[in-house]
Amino acid sequence: MAAMTYRDALRQALDDAMKEDQSIVVMGEEVGRYGGAYGVTKDLIKTHGPERLIDTPISEPAIIGAAVGAAMTGLRPIAELMYIDFLGMTMDQLANQAAKIRYMFGGQIGVPMVLRTQGGTGRSAGAQHSQSLEGWVMHTPGLRLAMPATVQDAYHLLRQSLTKPDPVVFIEHKALYTRKEEVDLTSEPLPWGKAAVRREGGDLVIVTYSRQVIYALEAAQKLAAKGIEATVIDLRTLNPLDFDTVRQHVERVGKAMVVSEGVMTSGVAAELAARISEECFDFLEQPVVRVAGEDIPISVSQELESGSVPSTSLIAEVAEKMLS
Amino acid sequence: MNLKPNTNLSSLYRTMRRIRTFEERVGELFIRGQSAGSMLHLSIGEESSAAGVCAVMKPQDTFTTHHRGHGIFLARGADPKRMMAEIGGKETGYCHGKGGSMHIADMALGHLGANAIVGGGIPAVVGAGLSSKRLKQDSVSVAFFGDGAMQQGILYESMNMAALWDLPVLFVCINNQYGMGTRIDQATRNTAFDQRAKAFGLNGTVVNGLDVEEVQAAARWLMDEARNGKPGFLSVEVYRFFGHARMDKSPYRDEAEELEGRKKDPVLFARNKLIETGLETEPALDETDRTIAAEMDATIDFTVESKAPQLNTMFRDVYAVGEPEPEPVRTRIDRVLAREDV
Ligand SMILES: Cc1ncc(C[n+]2csc(CCOP(=O)(O)OP(=O)(O)O)c2C)c(N)n1
Ligand SMILES: [Mg+2]
Repeated sequence: MAAMTYRDALRQALDDAMKEDQSIVVMGEEVGRYGGAYGVTKDLIKTHGPERLIDTPISEPAIIGAAVGAAMTGLRPIAELMYIDFLGMTMDQLANQAAKIRYMFGGQIGVPMVLRTQGGTGRSAGAQHSQSLEGWVMHTPGLRLAMPATVQDAYHLLRQSLTKPDPVVFIEHKALYTRKEEVDLTSEPLPWGKAAVRREGGDLVIVTYSRQVIYALEAAQKLAAKGIEATVIDLRTLNPLDFDTVRQHVERVGKAMVVSEGVMTSGVAAELAARISEECFDFLEQPVVRVAGEDIPISVSQELESGSVPSTSLIAEVAEKMLS
Repeated sequence: MNLKPNTNLSSLYRTMRRIRTFEERVGELFIRGQSAGSMLHLSIGEESSAAGVCAVMKPQDTFTTHHRGHGIFLARGADPKRMMAEIGGKETGYCHGKGGSMHIADMALGHLGANAIVGGGIPAVVGAGLSSKRLKQDSVSVAFFGDGAMQQGILYESMNMAALWDLPVLFVCINNQYGMGTRIDQATRNTAFDQRAKAFGLNGTVVNGLDVEEVQAAARWLMDEARNGKPGFLSVEVYRFFGHARMDKSPYRDEAEELEGRKKDPVLFARNKLIETGLETEPALDETDRTIAAEMDATIDFTVESKAPQLNTMFRDVYAVGEPEPEPVRTRIDRVLAREDV
């Protein structure tokens, strides 16, 4: 066991994977010499060289599109989008090309690429640099979607993403990079596509992912002090989605809350709530509650920013109301 | 003390000095922990592009800027207090604390918006050019962007349309040699950017940003042409004096280069030229600088004293006033939990 940051675990995963698999290349803005806008690829260029840590011009559609072509012809590219908000510019290459090639071409070929990016609030970065757009990805058949909450998962999910036959969108949370945890990177990872039960309790099930896992666990601790015991499920990957684990716990407990930083309407929380309502209907003692981002853009003002997404206190407050 | 510009160059100097001093105060605001976030991109070293181009714009003209747009907006006549307050995320700011440094705008001054998406604001000037032509507004719309945006495809789609439709549009690239840590020759093989514009049928020229009067002259020619339906492209060659944003210490370039680059100082150049040509005296310029410093100091006080926006304003302006507003998450949750049969 050693203490490591989320950022360093990601870097370690890239380093280890690139040593093992020579077909991996990283391409994106500032990924080489600069070491990544958030430092994830720092110094990797020293070990793996500029031919594998490819600094690109500011040309997002071509970065993603080139990764698609490279993935079809023998390389395993990791294309980095500095901010998930830039999906707005690259959605054609991701959704119309990468996601559909295997299907349209009758299974002849896949697109084994990883799109690494980061999203979420927490840095007063404003409306075009703070979004949680995982809902767009989850809404697109053909894409896999991983969103690590823990340092251990930052490492293992990225390693696993780099072995998948289909395009994986890997979304980091910008507020987690400096988070430090004790990890053992040599330990056997949870299988890809399996949710983690981070805490077990009999009063309420909180289903979430990414940074909201941390908030949910903090909220669960506050609730425990008041005699409320929550189960917290970290989905880890949203596609594939481990609904079996969710179902099992919701059926046991009978009360469910889903938490997502993305906007409430038509987002990940909506999908999860619908599914729980449909599949666990007979076991639910009350409606599933969604705690999610407001249906608004993110402001640069810190007050408005933090006030528009779920927090530890909001989760705890809603949980208490559910149990009162 | 006489603040009235007696010559063209004096006026341009004042504009540039105001920009530089404002940007220095932005840095101060950040250090004092009063700015909203660290994504603050200073335009120190590039003042001539803002001052030179804005000097030849008419009141009816419109423009968009990139993320390093404080100077352009100031040169256009923005109120530095409201700018600083926006950078601080305060309700007294131009966008009530919603936009911040990278999303500042003011329709009264024709500022159609700053942008945090590299290249994101460029095509809007094509549309503004279309409006101008159809509605006979006699306005030119100017897109300001960095050299990094020269590698965004949307620029070329926009240039092509502007030329095809004979629109009153001007594309201004502020070439400060870097996009974050990437030097321009690491981003493209051909750095003769005017050739790209010419290939699409636009007027195009490159100007040294050291001398603001040269920038102004080039911009005047291109603006006049654009107003008559021949769109143009101007690349202003400058040097980004400091890091990309407040946290960036530029480890990717050496000190010798920076020292050399900072010699290309348009503010100092204009100052010396004013003195050498006898247009201004040193004491008079010192007095000008002091007056500007006091003006910009006041922007910090104004920002610090201003209030943060009220929490419930977050739902305002997602849609037009009078239209249905988004319903707060709490309201929706409370309704779910208030069900009687629970
Ligand atoms: C579409 C997009 N890609 C990447 C970024 C991240 N980014 C912000 S500024 C910048 C460099 C821009 O360089 P340039 O256009 O030369 O403007 P400068 O910062 O030099 O003024 C980058 C890569 C972004 N904001 N938007
Ligand atoms: Mg630049």
